[in-house]
Amino acid sequence: MAYILIFISAILVNNIVLSQFLGICPFLGVSKKIETAKGMGLAVTFVLVIATVVTYLLQVWLLNPLGLGYLQTIVFILVIAALVQMVEIVLKKLSPALYQALGVFLPLITTNCCILGVSILVANGTYNAQGLEPNLLTGTLYALFTALGFALALIVFAGIREQLSLVRIPKGMQGMAIALIVAGLLAMAFMGFSGMDKGIADFFS
Amino acid sequence: MNNLKVFLNGLIKENPTFVLLLGMCPTLGTTSSAINGMSMGLATTFVLVCSNVVISLLRNLIPDKVHIPAYIVVIASFVTALQMLMQAFLPDLYATLGLFIPLIVVNCIILGRAEAFAAKHGPGASFFDGLGMGLGFTMALTVLGALRELLGTGSIFGLTVLPASTNMLVFVLAPGAFITLGFLIALFNLVKK
Repeated sequence: MAYILIFISAILVNNIVLSQFLGICPFLGVSKKIETAKGMGLAVTFVLVIATVVTYLLQVWLLNPLGLGYLQTIVFILVIAALVQMVEIVLKKLSPALYQALGVFLPLITTNCCILGVSILVANGTYNAQGLEPNLLTGTLYALFTALGFALALIVFAGIREQLSLVRIPKGMQGMAIALIVAGLLAMAFMGFSGMDKGIADFFS
Repeated sequence: MNNLKVFLNGLIKENPTFVLLLGMCPTLGTTSSAINGMSMGLATTFVLVCSNVVISLLRNLIPDKVHIPAYIVVIASFVTALQMLMQAFLPDLYATLGLFIPLIVVNCIILGRAEAFAAKHGPGASFFDGLGMGLGFTMALTVLGALRELLGTGSIFGLTVLPASTNMLVFVLAPGAFITLGFLIALFNLVKK
């Protein structure tokens, strides 16, 4: 049950983009077309899950035993940068079309704060594990569902923006201004889910 | 004179938030009140100025092939120093800003300025570039925070100025962040033209 709650909470209730404000840069930057949004969502999911597992193990087996907890930020960002480089090489070989579509944004996954943010949350055990022990399994699931929430928000937003490009928009509002307001409305829609995880937990307990 | 131009460039003409649209996560995530926005801006300014100066000093020593990782290490070191300083001297503020302090590392403004400015200019000019960009960012965050606080809770910097009946709580919550920033950018676009 708790696993389902993590799922609902990470994707809908506490959506990483629309209520936690992590990963806004790709959310605004790569959301002009649904196709690229899908690719970005996939790339982020892939990198986020691997990065979370690797950084968690590093934290538990290397940094904590040696008392090097303060190096967390430096170590994590370097590991993530290396992982992204690897994903880039693999993608270049396997799917040149997708690689072309994502273009400059793939290296930018390194500076996608949702990767580092979720890694730190999981390594410190400060995420909402819905009453379960924060360990590798719940942490990985949390990362996976968070990434899916990111992909969902990104793809929905891209769908709206595709429609938006067909209508006339007042001059000052064009571009990022209207996109942000649409994101605000989307965030308002997602606010409708707030408290849902608690409600379900109460119902079944 | 030249340094003044560099400084003003970051503050207004290439304002990181309203013009370049960089560093959106802390911009939206920490501006639920004016004071939070300003603290986040100043914390970012500290890291930006320090990393700009150090990277500018090291620009001829860092091999071109590994320059991005090298920059990230410099930036991450200053962020770690900032984290420790804040934990020691400003624990309340550190708890409020939470995750967004370590996330200064991945703020695109800092790596962007290192790459676009500090790697090509001397430490003096880089200092002023960092300061201008940082204060431009701080200004934007403070304005956004003050607006959200005013609309959402009827106060600015904790001082109540509007009666409770005009409060619109949504502006303190997530959607308000997006919508307020959207209108501010639209306003900036209009004024610039």
